Formats: sequence, structure tokens, C-alpha cells
Amino acid sequence: MKRLLLLISLLLCVGRASAALDPVVMQGLASDDFDGKQAAVAALAAAGDDADAQRLLKALSEDAVAVAGGRLVIVAGEQLLDPASGAPIKPAPASPESISLNNSLRQQVDGALAAVRLLSTDRGERLTAARALLADMGEGAALLPLFDKALAREQDGEIKPFLVQLAAQAALGSPDVARRLQAVRDLAGSGSPAVKALLLPLLDPANEPEEKLRLEAGTAIKAIDARLAWSDTAGQIFTGISLGSILLLAALGLAITYGVMGVINMAHGELLMVGAYSAYTMQALFRAKFPEFVDYYLLAAVPVAFFVAAAVGMLMERTVIRHLYGRPLETLLATWGLSLVLIQAARLLFGAQNVEVANPVWMSGGVQLAENLSLPWNRLIIVAFSGFVLLLVWLMMNKTRLGMFVRAVTQNRPMAGCVGVPTARIDTLAFGIGSGIAGLGGVALSQIANVGPDMGQGYIVDSFMVVVLGGVGQLAGAVWAALGLGVVTKFLEGWAGAVIAKILVLVFIIIFIQKRPQGLFALKGRFVD
Amino acid sequence: MRTPLTVKLFAGLGPRGWLAVAAIAFTAWVLVPMAHLMLPEGHPLHVSTYAITLIGKILCYAVVAVAMDLIWGFGGILSLGHGLFFALGGYSFGMYLMRQIGREGSYQSDLPDFMVFLDWKELPWYWTGSDHFLWALFLAIAVPGVVAWIFGYFAFRSRIKGVYFSIITQAMTYAAMLFFFRNETGFGGNNGFTDFKRILGYSITAPETRLVLFGLSVALLLAVIILGKVLIASKFGKVLTAIRDSENRVMFIGYNPVHYKLFIWTLSAMLCGLAGALYVPQVGIINPSEMSVANSIEIAIWVAVGGRGTLIGPVLGAGIVNLSKTWFTTSFPEYWLFFLGLLFILVTLYLPQGVVGLWAKIKARRAEKAAIAASRADPAPRAPVSESKIPNGTAAKGA
Amino acid sequence: MRVESSISRNAPADGQQEHWDGAANTGHVLKPGELDLSHGVMLYLDDITVSFDGFRALNKLSLQIDTGELRCIIGPNGAGKTTMMDVITGKTRPDSGKAFFGQTIDLTRLTEPQIAHAGIGRKFQKPTIFENHSVFENLELALKTDKRVKKSLFARLFGDDLDKIADTLRQIRLADQADRPAGLLSHGQKQWLEIGMLLVQDPKLLLLDEPVAGMTDDETERTAELFVSLKGKHSLMVVEHDMAFVEALGGKVTVLCEGSVLAEGDLATVQADPRVIEVYLGR
Repeated sequence: MKRLLLLISLLLCVGRASAALDPVVMQGLASDDFDGKQAAVAALAAAGDDADAQRLLKALSEDAVAVAGGRLVIVAGEQLLDPASGAPIKPAPASPESISLNNSLRQQVDGALAAVRLLSTDRGERLTAARALLADMGEGAALLPLFDKALAREQDGEIKPFLVQLAAQAALGSPDVARRLQAVRDLAGSGSPAVKALLLPLLDPANEPEEKLRLEAGTAIKAIDARLAWSDTAGQIFTGISLGSILLLAALGLAITYGVMGVINMAHGELLMVGAYSAYTMQALFRAKFPEFVDYYLLAAVPVAFFVAAAVGMLMERTVIRHLYGRPLETLLATWGLSLVLIQAARLLFGAQNVEVANPVWMSGGVQLAENLSLPWNRLIIVAFSGFVLLLVWLMMNKTRLGMFVRAVTQNRPMAGCVGVPTARIDTLAFGIGSGIAGLGGVALSQIANVGPDMGQGYIVDSFMVVVLGGVGQLAGAVWAALGLGVVTKFLEGWAGAVIAKILVLVFIIIFIQKRPQGLFALKGRFVD
Repeated sequence: MRTPLTVKLFAGLGPRGWLAVAAIAFTAWVLVPMAHLMLPEGHPLHVSTYAITLIGKILCYAVVAVAMDLIWGFGGILSLGHGLFFALGGYSFGMYLMRQIGREGSYQSDLPDFMVFLDWKELPWYWTGSDHFLWALFLAIAVPGVVAWIFGYFAFRSRIKGVYFSIITQAMTYAAMLFFFRNETGFGGNNGFTDFKRILGYSITAPETRLVLFGLSVALLLAVIILGKVLIASKFGKVLTAIRDSENRVMFIGYNPVHYKLFIWTLSAMLCGLAGALYVPQVGIINPSEMSVANSIEIAIWVAVGGRGTLIGPVLGAGIVNLSKTWFTTSFPEYWLFFLGLLFILVTLYLPQGVVGLWAKIKARRAEKAAIAASRADPAPRAPVSESKIPNGTAAKGA
Repeated sequence: MRVESSISRNAPADGQQEHWDGAANTGHVLKPGELDLSHGVMLYLDDITVSFDGFRALNKLSLQIDTGELRCIIGPNGAGKTTMMDVITGKTRPDSGKAFFGQTIDLTRLTEPQIAHAGIGRKFQKPTIFENHSVFENLELALKTDKRVKKSLFARLFGDDLDKIADTLRQIRLADQADRPAGLLSHGQKQWLEIGMLLVQDPKLLLLDEPVAGMTDDETERTAELFVSLKGKHSLMVVEHDMAFVEALGGKVTVLCEGSVLAEGDLATVQADPRVIEVYLGR
């Protein structure tokens, strides 16, 4: 790539009147003294868009500069070029000796090369260069003249702020007090921890003699801190929402089976596990049969997981749960037994170890929102997915005949039976749907958590807490409870560590239920017992 | 009913009951020690150390099961937190056993090894007095009692019942387990307490110590059963079962169910703590996995298998389930969970009264057959024995 | 809904402490918990409103029952009869309004057991007895006595109590069934047993929700006789749909409709009231 660029820039240079490079600069490069070389590179950078300077910089970055016969030359294959004109030197001096660069010098050269590209006519190249320079975060005082030049020239509204920041960073070392002051003010608009690190030394009188500047630096740091705190908070809220959406996926199925039907299903976590293993199986199938589509196995896993988990759920309902309606404590015990059987079945089928379920390529990476805030795609997709599942459940419960039947059966079973609702079939179907939704949750979990036979156990307490906190039979309650629990947990984690956070949340729920036994969204009414 | 309590106590067990108690006590305190100490190892009647430890362990479980039955079978409250109370008792007493190690740990320090490992310089305040046997024993009862009382007070006064209560107790246990898993909590984190050396100065592995612990376990179980019998026969027991069957009616005739539930709940927790304190020296280890959600639910299945609402049922259940567990985990480890899972399902579906209920049913059927046969032989009409005295499936009318 | 009902309203249960000095903080010179009937009023409801999610089950209901009175409450379904009983017995807290038992006992501040102890007994629409206990034990549990945990651990029955239970057993005609599990009784017998449980409780005020539902004519007649005989010694509030039974009881009738009192007076007057005919009897 670099070679290509070199070629292009060389081609561009042809026919252009090239200003002769300052001989002093050349001399500096040829010297053995690194300080001299540094000064020379700075001068080259300051020359900016001068084609000859650029050529020399590029040659430097490629270790193609040498001293031969007491003068500086650029080595280009068999030929030796004159740095000032780019023309081959004839006859070629004998035994060119490469000039040595140390690490900091090398960085400086690279920085200078990037800085030079700030002056490019191609907008994309300028933007990339500005970003690269900012990310690199050298002080870059030597490049200040170049930044100023670029800033003066730049018209693009997107690139300009970058340049302002670059120039300001470089100007922090300027001997001109007014210039430094302006730089500090400009930097106050940043939200990056690295800029803060640059400003911090200015608070010390040893580094910054001007009191006015020290004060200004203090203000700027406060402004940056505030912005950092904001994006930190935003990041925590996001991870909280992400955790909440997982809780929601785990709890949505439960909101139907427990919340609406009143069946306490301790094997719910294992239905998540069934969903996750469905994803694993689909992945293995795609790898074996359709390796070219392996990135899309997840799309196939979603319906498969739903139907497999639904089938397992319906089987459970038909064989066991059906016989225990109205006896919640017995249901609890029997479904716990079911969960044990499912766990052991998973161990026998897939082994006791965790299995590996990979993120598809399109789910890796993330969106960078701020210097210290990046949202990973897999989390974003899971949040969106849980929203989608929520919508499905809501539509199913409120807009379909099946949903109406389910509500009718749960409110008044004998009456529903009398008006012709096939109550037994509705029970099985509703339980199947709740289980299928758990399966969907399992697919989502497989993307961010370990997939193993015991994975469901960790979610059962959490999902019940969501349903209990939200209020039984309340979809809206479950949503708010899940998101609220997620965000609160993440904030507590930042403050007290993961285990204490978890304990605090459980204690909070226990206390909350003391105060509002019916949950967040309670239906008040005449209780018949 | 008008007889004094002591007389009633005797009457409650009946002469056959007392004979059984005496026989069990004699076996535990005389026959088993003789079989263990006097008979050589190869002798068919020799009782091995392994057997004594195993049975001692199961006896502690049986105490927990009876305690669970008092609250579930008679009070209708399914607790998924009894594993916590058991473990709290175990930890309280384990603190004493840790201190008894003295300087014989791997670090030769006055502090327990795990504290040295964490670089702690002195005992945390809550370890104060843990080197006193009686204080540790007191803690083993008091800590579960206080935890249960506080939790129960808030839960019962908020009228949390049925499955809600079960789930909240489960959350409590889960939170406690996470708490004990932390190293900073000061109870050995993941590893808990182990490597005990002495109890009251006696070697903990000596056969005599083991026999005494075994005998104490038998005594505790008998005492808990007798206590349960007395409680259930008293008016308190009648109110308790009345609360189980119709809490509203109980309130409207002027009893405050909160106090009744709180009493039996706390008592049950304290009995669990005592069982835990006896369990730890026999098994030689206590760690946070005792508080796992699964353990607490397993206690419920012991009771269910044996038969809720009876006092002998939980003992049988704890024995059956735990002996099967020992057998399975050594012979077919991969099928144990299947067996346990199926046990949960089949017992709730087909054996709501457990083994005891099954036995009573068989007996009733036999009596009926005998009656029919008798009426054929003897034309004089007899009352058919159709009304079974067993109360049916209302034991867990939670919601 | 099944699960929801497993938790009911959050009521303060500060325990027996408050219970024993419930009336003492009102300034009257009464023994703790004693009922002040100085103005001949047993129960006084004033402006009670209860709403569930916007639906007003009771709407500014005011009602007064005198000492020794037998009052019948009638009204169409959903008129608020059961809710009114819930308010009186502490099961439901009113949103506004006053409920006094005698002159001094504020019912809205007591829990169900405290109210029961103060002297209000309630029979539910569906007979609620302890099915696994014997008939005798049902009565024993209901017996007026100290009902704290400590006492119940060592409680024994003495002569007076046994006599009282025996009397009541005769009164409710279950003397020969005393040792049978209550769950094996017929529906009518269960109703009687529940009434018996109220009687041994010796309440000042009896709330009876459809006491003769499911009874034979003969049983209904005997129940009416029993209630009439209780009049004077106790105050009774009977909710009933059976007009013949109401007629047999005599006494004043209150008609509830949509959560408030529509009419009050003797049965003939009430039956002649055009509003009552419109909402209830005329249908």
C-alpha cells in the first residue's frame, strides 16, 4: 500500500516545479545526532505539501534514505535518487549507508507523513489521517505549523473539529502564552481520557508557569471529566439495558407460563438451555453441510430453537404439569424434577463440558459512540431481538384468538369451557408458546454466555424475580422490572462488585415485595379465597 | 385433653412408641458401638466406620426433614431455604472446629489457614468466642433462628404465601450462597471449612468420637420426633394445621396466623441449625454448596417421598433418597439425576402421601378385603371400612 | 389470577400488643378491648368508600346496627354486600369513611384477628371450616379464649369449655358427629358447624353471609329459629337472597345497591318501595 502511495506521489511530482529542499535539513538528517535528525524531520513536516519533502519523508519511513559519498540519497532499487529533485544521480556514488532511525524518530516520521496527508485533496484521506493522528495521540508539537496550515485550508465541517483538537494538542507546547491558552480552551471540548492526560501536567507550576493557564487547564479538565462521566454513565446504562434485555428474554416465557397461566415452572431455565443447544446444533449442522452459509446459522437457529423448546414444553405439560393444575407447590417440585432430567439428558447428549457457540461475523465489532463508549453489535442485536420477541408476545396475547382464549381460560376456566374453548388444548398451546419463547431467549444467551447443561440454573431465580417484581400477569411490569433490574444491577456492580450487587438486588426485591406484594403493576381487586 | 402435659407426652407415643424409642436408643448407644469396636473388620456383623459416618449423616438429614415437615406438612408452607439454615448451623459450629485445629494447619498459625492465605492479621469480630464449644453450639441454633425470625417476620406479616414464599426463600438462599462464596466474607470462600482435627480436645477421627457423634445424632432425631409429636398433639398443632387448611377462617376466629407461622418457622430453622452442627464434624467439611438451590429443594423431596404430615415419613424419606443417592453415585453416577428427577415427578403425581400414605392405603385395602371376606362368611352386616382416615391432598393447599 | 390470590393486601400486623390495648388509647375508662355500647349502637359505618381500579364497590355507604338487633341485608349481585363485610372484618381497608364497633373501636385500624377478638364473628358465603379436623376440634379452635401462641402450646380444655362445646354441639345438632372429620359433613351441616363456630366464639356481632344457601327447607326453618333466638343477646347482620327466610327472621331490612343504601325499613315497606322494585325485586 505504502509502495503504491509512493508511486502515486512520485507520479504526481513529475512535471511539478519542485522547490529545492533546504540543505541544512539534509545535513541534519545525515548527521549522527538524533536531535539534529528530529529537527530535520520537523522541518520536513512543516514543509507540508511540498512534494519533495513528502518524498523524503516516505523514503525515511521505508528506511530508504542513505548517505552516499557525503550526501543524502534515496535508495530506489538499483538507482539512487537526489532527495531534492527526485532525479536519479548519475553516476551513482558508491556504497550507500542507510541512516539509522530510533523508535521515537520513526514515530515522528509516521506522524509527519500522516500529518502531511491532512493536506491531501481527497476528503476521505484527510479524514482518515486526522482520525489516525488523534488516536495515536502524540504531543506532536513539531507538527503545529502543518496543523495550522491544514486548519486554515480545511473547509469540511466533519474534519475541522479534529484539526482544531490536533492543533490545540500540538500548541500546548507552544512558547506563545496566548496560543497555549487558546489550545487549552479548545481542548476543553474534548471527551477523551487521553486529552485529559495531556492537560493534567499543566496543573503543576513546574510545567506551566502561567497561573492563568493553570486555572484554565483546571476548568478544561473538569469539563472533560463531566463528559467522561456522562459517557461512562451512558455505557453503564447500555450494559444495564443489555443485561435487562437478557433477563427479559429469560422472563418473557415465564410471564406467560407463570404470570398468565399460573404454572410455576422450575424447568424454565432448562428450556433456555434447550434453545441454546438448538443454536449449537444448528451451528454444527451448518458447519458440516453448508459451510458457505455458516454465518447465517443463527437465523435458522431462531425458529428451530422455538419449535424444539415448544415441543419439549408441550410434552412436559401433557405428561406432568397438566395433572397438577391448581397445586402450585406440587408443580414446583415436579418441574424441578423435570429440570434435573433435562440437565442430565443434555449431559449425556452433548457432554458435561460447555460447548462453543461462535458469534457470526456480522455480530462482531461494535459502534463507537465516544472515545470510551462502544456498543458491541451482539449486545445491540440482542436488545433489538428482545424488543422483537416482546412485540410478538404482546401481539399474540392481545391480538390473536389464541391469546384471547388463553386469557379467557386463565380467568374463568369452567366458563371458557362452557362457551366452547378447548381448554385442555389451549393450556398445552400456551405452555408451548411460553416454552418456545424461552427457547428464543436461549438462542440469544448462546451468543453472550457459556452454553452448558447447567446454564439454565443460573437464570431461574433471576427470571422469577423479574416476574414477581413486575407483578404477575403483567407484560408491561415484566419489561420494566427486567430493564430496571438490569440497569440497577450494573450500577451496583460498578459501585460494589458483582457478587455484592447481586445480593443487594435480591435483598432489595425481598424488601420491595414486603411493601408491594403484588409487584410494580398490580391489579387491585377483590380477592376470592 | 385434660391430662397434664407429661402424661400426654407418654400417651402421645403410646407404649409401643416408647418401646421403639428405647430399642432405637439401645441399638445406637450399645449395639452399634459394640459391633464397631469389638467385632473384627471381616466379621459379618461388624459395622464399619464408613457405615457409621453414612448413617450419622443421614440421621442429620432426617432431622432436617422432620423440621421441614413441621413447616410444610403441618403448616403448609414450602420452604426452599432450609438448606441455608442447615448450613448456617454447620458454619457456626465449623468455626469452633476451625479454631480447634490450633496451630496444626499448614501455616502453623493461630488463625485458620484461609485467613493466613488472605493475609489477614487477626480474626474478624464475628469470630469472637468461636473457640468456646458452648458459644458455637449456641450460635448454631441462634443464628439460623434469628435469620429465620427476621425473614419470616417480614414475609408473614406481608402475607406472602404459597409459591411466592417458596420463591422468596429460594432467593434468600441463593443470595446467602453468593455471599458465602466470597473470600472477604470470612468463612473460607469456595472451600469453606475442612481439615478439622479435634472436637472438645478429642481427635475427630477417633472411632470413639465418631460413635458419640453418631449416638448424639440418633438422640437428636428421637428428641425432634418426640417434640414434633407433642407439638402436633397440642392445640398449637391444631391451629397450625387449621392455618394450612383455611388461613382466613383462622384469622376470623381470632388467631393471628403471623405469630403461629413465625413460631414454627423459627423453631424449624433452629432444628435445622442443630442438625447442621452435628453434620459438620461427622462429614468433615462445610462449604457454600450446602446452600445451593438444589440442596434445599432436595430436602422437600425427602419429605414428599416419605409422606408429608406424618413424623415418621420424613425420616423414611431422608433415608430412602440418601441411600439411593449413595448407591447411584457410586454405581451409576450418570443416572442419579434421572432417578432423582423422576422421583420428584412420580412422587408428586402418583404418591402425594408418600411411602407412609402408600402403606396406609395398602393396609386399608387389606382390611376392606378382610371385612368383605368376613361378611361373606358371616351374614350379619358390617360397616365397610371405606372412610380412610388419611387426610387427602390438602397438605400443601398453598395458594 | 390463581397465583395473585396467594398474596393478599399488605396489612400491618403489629401483633397482639396493640390488640390488647386497642381501645385504651381513646380516653374512655374501659378495660382494654372492652366494647362501649353506651349509646345502644353496635356497629356504625359512615360514608365508606371502597374502589377497585376505578370501580366503586362501596359508594359513601352509611349504616348503623343497634345492640341486639337482627338486620337483614339484601341487594342484587355486585351491590357491595360482601365488600361491606370485608370492611367490617378488616379484610379490606376503605379508601375513606369511618367504621366503628361500639363507640370506641375503630375497625379500620385493626387486623382481622384483632377484630375477631373485639367481638365480631363472620360466616362466609362458602362454608369455611377446617375439613381435616373433627367437628369437636373445629369448635375447640373457635372457642373464646386466649389465642396467643404461648397459651396454645400448653392449652388444655376445662369443664366450662367442654360444657360450652357440648351445648353448642346440641344447638347445631351435630352432637352425634363430634368426632367425624368436618370434611365429611353434608353442605347444610357444614353451614351449621360454621354457625356453631361463631357461637362458641361468643361474638357481640355476627355477620352471616348467605347462611342458608344449600340447606333443606327444614334446615332453613331451624336456622331462622336459631337466629331469632340469638336476637337480643347478640347483634346479627344477615345477608340473604332467600326472601322467605328474610321474612321468617322479621326485623329491619336494608337494601344495598351499587355500593350504597337504597332503602331501609321492615320487609313490607321495602318491598313496596318503587326504587327497590326497579333494581331488585321487580326483575
